[in-house]
Amino acid sequence: MMVEEREYSNNEEQLVVFKLAREEYGVSILNVQEIKRITEITRVPYTPEFIKGVMNLRGSVLPVIDTKKRLGIENEEYTDDTRIIILKVDEVSIGMIVDAVSEVIAIPQDKIEPPESVVARYEHSFISGVGNLENRLIILLDLVEMIGIGTEAK
Amino acid sequence: MDTNQYMVMFLEESREHLQTLNSCLLDLEHNPENLSVLNEIFRSAHTIKGMSATMGFTKIAELTHEMENVLDLLRKNQLEPSEDIVDTIFKCVDTLEQMVESVASGADIDIDVSDLIAKLLSIAKGDVVAETTAKTVATKETVAETSTSGKSQMDLSDMEVSIIANAQKDGLQTLEIKVSLTDSCVLKSARAYMVMNNLDELGEVIKAIPSTDDLEQEKFEKSFQVLVVTDEEVARVESSLMSISEVETVEIVVIDAQNQISKEQEIKEVAVKVEQVSTDEKKEIKAEPNKNNVQANNVDKKLKSGQSVRVDIDKLDSLLNLVGELVINKTRLEQIGITHRLTELVETIEQMDRVTTDLQSVVMKVRMVPVGQVFNRFPRMVRDLSRDLEKEINLIIEGEETELDRTVIDEIGDPLVHLLRNSIDHGIELPEERRAKGKSSIGEVRLIARHEGNNVIIMVEDDGKGINAEVIKRKAVQKGLISQAEADKMDNNEAVKLVFLPGFSTAEVVTDVSGRGVGMDAVKNKIESLGGLVDVETKLDEGSKFKIRLPLTLAIIQALLIKVQEEIYAIPLGSIDSTINIGSEDIKTVQNQEVILLRGQIIPIIRLANLLNVPQQVATNSKDLFVVIVHMGDQKAGIIVDNLIGQQEIVIKTLGKLLAGIKVIAGATILGNGQVALILDVGTLMNNR
Repeated sequence: MMVEEREYSNNEEQLVVFKLAREEYGVSILNVQEIKRITEITRVPYTPEFIKGVMNLRGSVLPVIDTKKRLGIENEEYTDDTRIIILKVDEVSIGMIVDAVSEVIAIPQDKIEPPESVVARYEHSFISGVGNLENRLIILLDLVEMIGIGTEAK
Repeated sequence: MDTNQYMVMFLEESREHLQTLNSCLLDLEHNPENLSVLNEIFRSAHTIKGMSATMGFTKIAELTHEMENVLDLLRKNQLEPSEDIVDTIFKCVDTLEQMVESVASGADIDIDVSDLIAKLLSIAKGDVVAETTAKTVATKETVAETSTSGKSQMDLSDMEVSIIANAQKDGLQTLEIKVSLTDSCVLKSARAYMVMNNLDELGEVIKAIPSTDDLEQEKFEKSFQVLVVTDEEVARVESSLMSISEVETVEIVVIDAQNQISKEQEIKEVAVKVEQVSTDEKKEIKAEPNKNNVQANNVDKKLKSGQSVRVDIDKLDSLLNLVGELVINKTRLEQIGITHRLTELVETIEQMDRVTTDLQSVVMKVRMVPVGQVFNRFPRMVRDLSRDLEKEINLIIEGEETELDRTVIDEIGDPLVHLLRNSIDHGIELPEERRAKGKSSIGEVRLIARHEGNNVIIMVEDDGKGINAEVIKRKAVQKGLISQAEADKMDNNEAVKLVFLPGFSTAEVVTDVSGRGVGMDAVKNKIESLGGLVDVETKLDEGSKFKIRLPLTLAIIQALLIKVQEEIYAIPLGSIDSTINIGSEDIKTVQNQEVILLRGQIIPIIRLANLLNVPQQVATNSKDLFVVIVHMGDQKAGIIVDNLIGQQEIVIKTLGKLLAGIKVIAGATILGNGQVALILDVGTLMNNR
């Protein structure tokens, strides 16, 4: 069983797929800790604009990123589908606001194309690749760049 | 046998004993005649020797052993504790510290001790040589007697008998060794292991009663027997075993293979008799050192039975976290009770409140450690420094019993070292200079700790030359830290504070001790990261005083919750003077800075909404204003807020790595309703207005 699983993840990438406006994005399931409904977020002064604020996750305080602002997508109101994906990247826990979480899928490695192949409307550095499935494109986010560990956020 | 389980114990105890050695040696230096201090030094050294030998750190054992020899001579008044000797022992303690730390870090650093050992030997020479020979002679006599018996008390198998016989043909001798441990011995199996280890090095162990396995599992009373084939001398074997602490007696009988084979009862009886006689003699020889040994153990026991438990700090941290969670949930329950007007619930919560408050204070107290733990390493440091710098310094320590949170204690050491070094290096003048100024040639450095409200104050004071504000200004301008115009405007008080700027060093000559330009700003940063403040007062030729103000704890504080627009912030109660109500007409401006007059004092105003860029959502009443008067050191400021919510106990949480180091925000806390509120950092708030 264990062996099977390992082989499985070797050729395929398991992604949590979510929506931002009309586009589909994916992050590796290994980075995802949990998915929460939107809760109260406290604004923190003197932080970059894309930091929405901090939230309470069972007693610890986590920063939350306004993902659409970070990627330069037009902002909309929160809906019933709005979620916060709790991620852990390099020992840093962080929340990421998304419009909706749709599913977990496995994309074979060979279906993932490098970011250069896409004409990017956004900052190139946030995209680590594009998963090309028959009729949908899933944009893979480079989380380290996106949350700006140790650089912009300071 | 696995010695790992004793490792933590070994390290902690070694450190403690090394600390004792350090402070006792300092004592000894001042009162060379004090025998009880010497005894304590001897005991500590002896314990370290025993422990390290048990754990198999032979080098540590070796060094302490030689040290002990010298100490013993001192104790017996055969040597005078001259400066040279004390210095050498200090060096030994330093080396031992290094060795213990290298063991602790797991790095197997080979520290050369041969020089020190040679030095110790040369100190001990003469007396010691005479003594050891005397001892050997004594042992040999008994050996001569015992060897005539040459019959083992053990029941030997044919196989073992043949081994003994073969060994004898090869010129090796077989020794039957009976080792007795002291009654107070705690780690019997460990001692037994050590004995076996030593014997393995000297020869081949062919039999043990009880068996080696049983020995490891402590299945024996206080003594055990071992049969060893060796080419070493009896005396050497004996001294090797006696060097293990908590070994009470070692009885060695040389076994004769011939006698072994003839199993006549008669001979056996005789042998036992003779052997017993010799044993008694031996006991007499050993009696004296053993008495000390036993005494030492008793004293140790008494000290340890202070009913305390060593607890991993991580466990305390998690306990504190849990209590924090409890406090949050209690607050939440309180709110439910109030909103739904459930009197019964409110009453129950009041009870719970008392319990949680007690629980919290107990947990906080558990984490409190006297600052003495940090202070007690300074006398030694000051002594060494004053020697290196050829200054005469008297270090006065007060308030060692003042308690601080463990986390603060761990961090406070380095800044204090910096400050003390500074005082000694830059502050205190050379003796002749002091005399010329009409001061006593002995400089005085005071290290004082005391409580002050919710804070602990630690002061480093010296009666040295003080800080020359003009020199400071000149340096700061030279280094481009401030402009000449800025310097001209500064008064002396402000100028002196320039020493805290990064990249500032006043030492004309960069010495080994200080003056690398990383000192004071590092001190300031460290103290501030602990939520504290550092300040300096100085008077030319009279001395300087560095004052550190630290919060008692870092985890749970009392705070005032305030509202700005729709946002809630917490202001630590410790920095709040009062809250007042003013009308908008009370605000005056002085050079474009808004101020109010409070009891004749001009207090600058901070409009929190502007400072924190709070988005305007509701129209505010601009006529009646709430002002929270805060202070940091001697400075005061008024913070204008929209509403006061009330005083509450809050648990401080960090904002995490990603948001660390945001100006004005000291951390976050979780309110009763689960919402996160930010804690304002009053210090930076006032500097950023």
